[in-house]
Amino acid sequence: MTESGDPMNALSDTAAAVPTIDLHAAEAHQSVSDGTVVFQTSDLAVYYGDFRAVREVELSIRQNEITAFIGPSGCGKSTVLRCFDRMNDLIEGARVEGRITYHGVDLYGPDVDAVEVRRRIGMVFQKPNPFPKSIYDNLAFGPRLNGVKKKGQLDAIVENSLKRAALWDEVKDRLGASAMGLSGGQQQRLCIARCVAVEPEVILMDEPCSALDPIATARIEELMQEIKNDFTIVIVTHNMQQAARVSDRTAFFTTEINPDSDRRTGRLVEFDQTTKIFSNPDDERTEMYVTGRFG
Amino acid sequence: MALTTIGSAGGSSARSITEGLTRRGIDARSKVVEGLLVASLTASLLILVVLVVDIVQRSWPVWTERPGDFLRDGLNSASTSSAGVFSAVRGTIILAVIVGVVAFPLGIACAVYLEEYATKSRFASWTRVNVRNLAGVPSIVYGLLGLGIFVKALNGLGEPANDLQGSGFFGLRWLGNLLNLLSGNSGRNIFAGGLALSALVLPIVVITASEALRAVPRSIREGALGVGATQWETVRHHVLPAAAPGILTGTVLSLARATGEAAPLLLVGAVTGTLITGDKSFVEQLSGPFTALPVAIFSYARQAGDDWRAVTGAAALVLLVLVLIMNGFAIALRNRYDRKW
Repeated sequence: MTESGDPMNALSDTAAAVPTIDLHAAEAHQSVSDGTVVFQTSDLAVYYGDFRAVREVELSIRQNEITAFIGPSGCGKSTVLRCFDRMNDLIEGARVEGRITYHGVDLYGPDVDAVEVRRRIGMVFQKPNPFPKSIYDNLAFGPRLNGVKKKGQLDAIVENSLKRAALWDEVKDRLGASAMGLSGGQQQRLCIARCVAVEPEVILMDEPCSALDPIATARIEELMQEIKNDFTIVIVTHNMQQAARVSDRTAFFTTEINPDSDRRTGRLVEFDQTTKIFSNPDDERTEMYVTGRFG
Repeated sequence: MALTTIGSAGGSSARSITEGLTRRGIDARSKVVEGLLVASLTASLLILVVLVVDIVQRSWPVWTERPGDFLRDGLNSASTSSAGVFSAVRGTIILAVIVGVVAFPLGIACAVYLEEYATKSRFASWTRVNVRNLAGVPSIVYGLLGLGIFVKALNGLGEPANDLQGSGFFGLRWLGNLLNLLSGNSGRNIFAGGLALSALVLPIVVITASEALRAVPRSIREGALGVGATQWETVRHHVLPAAAPGILTGTVLSLARATGEAAPLLLVGAVTGTLITGDKSFVEQLSGPFTALPVAIFSYARQAGDDWRAVTGAAALVLLVLVLIMNGFAIALRNRYDRKW
């Protein structure tokens, strides 16, 4: 991973200012080139026990792009996201059918180590979940696992990660203080910094702004644009405007009532460039959802 | 004109609202329930108060006449003037240390396995149910276990101990000495007692540690796993530290329980009559006959006469103070490290 120049300086002194949001940012990404495919899913289905939570997911995630998953509650977008770093392994009875490949390697192959997967594919969760430790220790944990022991080296990683997450100026004088004392938005940026500190290739974000106020949300969105040069980002969001603002490609999921039971199964409806999804989608359901007539 | 109309309309509705909100009479049922609840609480507290007052009162002669001697003298059921709690207090403290060394690591390890590693298996849920059953087993049954297994096993160490002590290798002789220590008094020693008490509190330690581990939010685990930690790294660096206050509190409380048990110790051969250690060395005392505070109370309570009543009360007060100190320590730990997520 290369160091980004330093676009953070511009961002880091906006401690209280509201960053401007271009509501029509999606139009700026008019021509999305076809980059390297990082993830490819084919006929993916996820089960919790006997219950099929989501089915028929076919999509590809490309390098240095932001891909957004949108759709109504229960459509399986988080479930699919959690397959990419094998976080579903932790859930009792969760089972994956079909294929997900990461650079051509089957992520659920018998020889694949979930721990190695998660070192390359980081995750930011819905609710900020800093460790109940100091800010410094939150960031140093990952690098320490990877064998970084020297104080100087760790200090550099901590500082650099905090700068990339636009949090450095706010916390540089209290790195030893508990991370639990930060505000919600700061905690979430700390979690992004914690993720960045281990230099993953991909960052998965599971509704990262749903617990944050609009100002904190705007900062995270701006941050995503800044770090997208270094990382591939997949974000699940309930907020359609957010998807339109930040993403290059959008996958729209919806729910279907099972014929055999009243439980709903999610499925992918449409996956395309964000501009197309929001302006001229192929599927009627997508159009109804993005125009606010359903969901 | 319009204004007055609105004003008067507001006035009349305000009156009717006031009437509607005003309480009509006394809610008798609530009062009765509240009274019953207060009575229950008073009765419970009264028991505690009566207990403490009674013990202090009956032990008063001892504390006024020979407090120092009482704390310094050994177990002696022959004469009230030389009866004390020294050997009993020492025995209880050593027992607590043995329980701490044996039951705590074992119980915490069991809990970590059940909660962090085996959560999905049917075996784990079956085990959890049975650990709860074990916690309900009466202490005297653990005494039988101690007598049948620990005393026999420790006694069995005597023979290899002699063989090893006779051998030429220094390392083996050291091991021989250790085995000799453990097999002292034909196995009816403080180690057998400590093991029996460890078995007694083990299920309680497992249960409280499990609960503390379960209280750690899953988001902490996900955060650690998300940056590429293995399961052990997650447990070691995040789950255990986060659960530590709860685990400590639970284990200290279980230790307080073990400290008060007499039955298992009586069965594995704790001394009830007289135990004066004299000028024996610490190691000799360790492997010799032993006693503990609850056993001392039992011994003294069997003697007739007001003098013995005083001695019994004094020993009970010492035990009570010891247990209260441990509980206070547990509460202080909990308050100090209480975390919020």
